Amino acid sequence: MKVTVKYFGLVAEAAEKSEEVLDLNGVFTASELKAQCLIGLAIADKDSVQIAVNQNLDDKITIKDGDEVALLPPFAGG
Amino acid sequence: MSRYDRQIKLTEVGPEGQKKLRSAKVLIVGVGGLGCPAAMYLTGAGVRKIGLMDHDKVDMSNLHRQVLFQESDVGRSKAVVAKEQLEKQNSEVRFEVYEEPLTMENAENIINQYDVVLDGTDNFETKYLINDACILANKPWVFASIYKNEGQLSVFNYEDGPTYRCVFPKSTRQNISCEATGVLGVLPGILGTLQAAEVLKIVLGAGEVLSGKLKLINMMQASEQTIKINKRPYEVEKIRKNGIAPVYIDCDLKNKEQWYLDVREVFEQPKPKGKKVLSIPLGDLTLRYQEIPNNQEVFVFCQSGKRSKNAIEILKNEFGFHNLKNVEGGIETIIDG
Repeated sequence: MKVTVKYFGLVAEAAEKSEEVLDLNGVFTASELKAQCLIGLAIADKDSVQIAVNQNLDDKITIKDGDEVALLPPFAGG
Repeated sequence: MSRYDRQIKLTEVGPEGQKKLRSAKVLIVGVGGLGCPAAMYLTGAGVRKIGLMDHDKVDMSNLHRQVLFQESDVGRSKAVVAKEQLEKQNSEVRFEVYEEPLTMENAENIINQYDVVLDGTDNFETKYLINDACILANKPWVFASIYKNEGQLSVFNYEDGPTYRCVFPKSTRQNISCEATGVLGVLPGILGTLQAAEVLKIVLGAGEVLSGKLKLINMMQASEQTIKINKRPYEVEKIRKNGIAPVYIDCDLKNKEQWYLDVREVFEQPKPKGKKVLSIPLGDLTLRYQEIPNNQEVFVFCQSGKRSKNAIEILKNEFGFHNLKNVEGGIETIIDG
């Protein structure tokens, strides 16, 4: 299945891209997909990153073909 | 012709809406890149009262984005200068100045005196504090944060809607400020203006308030996206039941055998753990210098390395300490992990 992943803030920076299309095999929940996307990225606090699937914040939903996923770290600046 | 004529003409405002604005009290926490433009538009709109809370002083590096301040204001209190400027803009609005940080002790009491809170802060601790105090005081708050060229915006705790903890349940020590990452002045300008717009809609009861949604804006890519967020009732109930949850962000320092002296204020985060970490704010050094070991090397740190340099000067010149070493890059350079 094909899943579009959008990266934001320091996640986009660590991934060195703001978007990619992944070709995945198997069954994933959103939180499993998040963990997979963050492997190897230099992010100190991975727990703070939230995941939205099709513009809904939800880490328990099962990922399906064609989903659009967003990885959202918290921002502090003002 | 009334000064508010052009907004009263709108069906969403009208004379009734102007009356609502005239009785609205808004607390702005943090009068910086977000707070300055927000304060100017709310002042222009003719709200009744604006609380201006900031314990910081104007710095030359603020002027490119903190549009209320002039070169001649450098070194002066942001909250005081903001009040002076805004009074010139609209003498019908009352301003209350708070030259102190929002704390667990004062938050609920101050927020209770306002109808809505606008978050212009630059750190997670204060955002969680605003969130929890607004849950207890039952007030909505308008959140915004930026990271480089991106911004996040939402309205929390509005009519029993989701809160900041429903999006980000736990705080993080990845407290990355504009000072550290850089920012173009227009981005907080855009976000702060959007925050003012949300305040106006809340007060007027008009349009669609950005509650239950997180707006993401990328200024460089000229893109935006809105994410739906749901309430996590457990996160809200926990605060209602136990009160404001203190955000103590722990960290470990790299060398556990080394003595350290933290000269930051007690509310500054993260807080290093360890028996050999002393915490004495810069202003208390002349009273408490005797607590500092003088027979072995002590690393002195603050957030950026500036205050710790001053601290070493004071301790060396006034009390004869010769065993102190400055942590040039601030606390982030000595954290483990």
